[in-house]
Amino acid sequence: MKDNGVKIIKTTTWSPGPGCHGGCGILVHVKDNKVIKVEGDPDHPWNQGRLCSRCLSMTQYMYHKDRLKKPLKRVGERGQGKFEEISWDEAFDLIEEKMKKIRDDHGPESVIFHQGTGRDIGGWISMLAYAYGSPNWMFGLSGISCYTPRLMMMSITQGDFAVVDASQWHEKRYDDPEYQIPETVTIWGQNLPATCPDGFFGHWYIDLMKRGTEVLVIDPRCTWIASRAKLWLQLRPGTDAALALGFIHVMIKEDLINMEFIKKWTNSPFLVRTDQDSPALLRESDLKENGSDINFVAHDPVSDSFVVWESDNQVYQKSDIKPSMEGEFNLTLANGSKAKTKTVWTLYKENAEQYTPEAVSKITWVAPDKIIKAARIYAKSKPSALHWGLPIDTIPSTVPTSQAINHLWCLTGNLDNPGGNAIARYAYDVVTYPYHTGGSILSLPPDVMEKRIGMHDYGAIKDFRAWAQPDKVLEQIFSGDPYEIKGMWIQTANPIACTGMEPKKWRDAIKKLDFTVCVDLFMTPTAMLCDVILPAATFLEKDSLKAWWVPLQAIKKVVEVGDCKSDIEINLELCKRFMKDFPYDNVHQLFDTLLESADMTYKDLCDKTWMIPPKGHPSKPYFRYEKGLLRQDKKPGFRTPSGKIELYSSWLEKWELDPLPYHEEPPYSPVSTPDLFKEYPLILSTGRRMGPFFHSEHRQIPWLREQQRDPVLEIHPDTAKKYGIAHGEKVCVENWLGKITVKALVTPVIHPDIVMAEHGWWFPEKEGKEPELFGVWDVNVNQLIPMSHEGKAGLGSPIKTMLCKVYKAKG
Amino acid sequence: MSEYAMLIDYEYCTGCKACEVACKQEYNRPAGKAGGVEVIEFIHTLPNDKLFITNIPTFTRACVFCAGRVKQGLEPACVKHCMANCLAYGKIESLQKIIPKKRKAILWTKG
Repeated sequence: MKDNGVKIIKTTTWSPGPGCHGGCGILVHVKDNKVIKVEGDPDHPWNQGRLCSRCLSMTQYMYHKDRLKKPLKRVGERGQGKFEEISWDEAFDLIEEKMKKIRDDHGPESVIFHQGTGRDIGGWISMLAYAYGSPNWMFGLSGISCYTPRLMMMSITQGDFAVVDASQWHEKRYDDPEYQIPETVTIWGQNLPATCPDGFFGHWYIDLMKRGTEVLVIDPRCTWIASRAKLWLQLRPGTDAALALGFIHVMIKEDLINMEFIKKWTNSPFLVRTDQDSPALLRESDLKENGSDINFVAHDPVSDSFVVWESDNQVYQKSDIKPSMEGEFNLTLANGSKAKTKTVWTLYKENAEQYTPEAVSKITWVAPDKIIKAARIYAKSKPSALHWGLPIDTIPSTVPTSQAINHLWCLTGNLDNPGGNAIARYAYDVVTYPYHTGGSILSLPPDVMEKRIGMHDYGAIKDFRAWAQPDKVLEQIFSGDPYEIKGMWIQTANPIACTGMEPKKWRDAIKKLDFTVCVDLFMTPTAMLCDVILPAATFLEKDSLKAWWVPLQAIKKVVEVGDCKSDIEINLELCKRFMKDFPYDNVHQLFDTLLESADMTYKDLCDKTWMIPPKGHPSKPYFRYEKGLLRQDKKPGFRTPSGKIELYSSWLEKWELDPLPYHEEPPYSPVSTPDLFKEYPLILSTGRRMGPFFHSEHRQIPWLREQQRDPVLEIHPDTAKKYGIAHGEKVCVENWLGKITVKALVTPVIHPDIVMAEHGWWFPEKEGKEPELFGVWDVNVNQLIPMSHEGKAGLGSPIKTMLCKVYKAKG
Repeated sequence: MSEYAMLIDYEYCTGCKACEVACKQEYNRPAGKAGGVEVIEFIHTLPNDKLFITNIPTFTRACVFCAGRVKQGLEPACVKHCMANCLAYGKIESLQKIIPKKRKAILWTKG
């Protein structure tokens, strides 16, 4: 407490507010129960006193005149904009009555629980969905194209997620003696200064560059960091897999791979049957009756015999063998038939062989010499770290693309090493945001989970993540097949302006339902269509905790604004109403349970504000695969079916997808749809980040909106000249699905054959009721992007790779 | 002769505008008008056809170098929050010691 009546409180950022994935330590200045200033906490290892413009605008956000402060009930027609204020008791009673009626009449699965990007919501919305009884918890972006594809691919390849080690696991950061500055960071598809992605702080790369790190940038746009890169590769959107395979080709050919690491830690020696329609890993069950189908087979060159790898015990059945890495082997199976096999490594090399720099250059538009040079920079740097961005998810070929890029750090051994790609787990194993099971707080019986939409269409949806598949959900809302959808709970999401492709379909879907609730902080184009709107609290008005990835952090309620409640409190109250014997009475009890793995209570965590796991903890690097810190059985190795890094993926094989990475053309491109390309001769890419705004948020915040008034289309000067378009002029961007009108930003940073449109735009200052919906239809680029174009695994969608034409707008 | 100055290691300025908003928050300045600092972006096509993006924070007449904060021993709001840590404020002789050796920088004096 200062003598001027100002109290300073330490807490942690997360949305709602700055919107981002959070993690910054801040000092909140409070006077007379009002936040008067927010500053960065200089003692916090994450941001070290710094803070971005969105967080520095928190006072304007919290006390904005348009902030929703009381629950609203629709009184006019849907979309007519007529609402009346009601009390929380009335709101909860109304929601309970309506949703219980749907549950009684149609079953709990007929309500969708719809969230936006992964912030402080996953645990709490899944808890609500499961307390209600619905397995249909969903993130609404087509193909779940935001980090989930990469997370899935990392999970099945090396059993864990990996992120660049920028020393975030050390309190002393870059000065920690265990830490090494990466020689090179490869930044693959991300504009770092404008973003705070995936449990990361973009400006850590500036810290590293000052300490000597070189950068290699792969991006269709010349970003600020690309202009400072040792080498910048300007690739065609959606061809990233080909480029990564080109790297792999060069690395194998020039012996720039870490063969010792590959032999010891990957499944490269395992045998794969090649005499069938599709390849299949040879298993012990093929060799002998009663053999296990989770055990694999390798060839012992000394005895010229076949040896079983016991996945459970992490040993070969014969000691001291050095299995053959390469070759073709014929053998007789248990059923007496003959089989032909090759090692994974032989197949892997054959696969990479076709991706010569020349072949890759034709696909990617990157010159062959640059591909070779870049592969050498990546592979020769020690340590070498690779940071990838959302463009890897927002393409239908996301699975083979993520796989190919993930392999780069596996082939060079830059995994869980200081300054490489470190395995990232929730700090202290505290799960606030569940992935696989969905059941960190509650879970549903298997027969109910069986009704999750999309799980029977896609193995990756069934086995990796507990979300329903959003493209299939939208289809089912209209088809009613195999069951009717009657309600939607929307929280931390704005599908009409942001996450929904073909947003008019989402509008029709929401309006078709019997009952919809939207939880938000401001009226949005989506909230405008709903029946009940609940006012949510910002992160400064709620208690919560964050463990993504490190540190473990407390979020503390500092003040109250209006009648707003936190997402957690709202959901917990409804859980009690929906579920008999719901086990928690208040949010602190819930937090204490979640914190059991850290052996502490929420109060303990609040006293410390943040904690970094100690050395030797499974949630702290390095080299945990050597120390037996990754697997439940404490044996060295990885959490994959074989315990090895699966270069040839047994999961993909199981899901009947190609087990090795490959290039797949985007569904609409100069190559795959040449006739369409004649009419729509520009590649339309979207989704590049805007510093002042997080997705569809912040357009009403004066200090942020003044940084950019209107949405723009980036177009190269040569292209603009060709179409007679001047900088700042209004242009139409159009394709066979729709049209928007935005301002031309004529800039050399974009490739002449690509235009980049911004996403998430609407105008809080314009008319909100239908048909205007805050001007969203004039500018929402998602109208040019289709739903139901998810990739073969149910993941990925063509958000980066559409086609369009651009012309001067009339008037 | 001014004693104090701002050192701008602008090679690392990413154009994030944290400085602009930090200033507006500190002095509760209105949107739509310049505050004490404004970042200017240049996209240069260099003679070798290489693109190069340079951002330079420029200090306006409204900047008071946070005299009040400095008196309390605090850094100016923009310096404290600069995401790239590319601003430093202090006595000219101490700033001279941290002028980067191998890149261009700007020393912005008070006048």
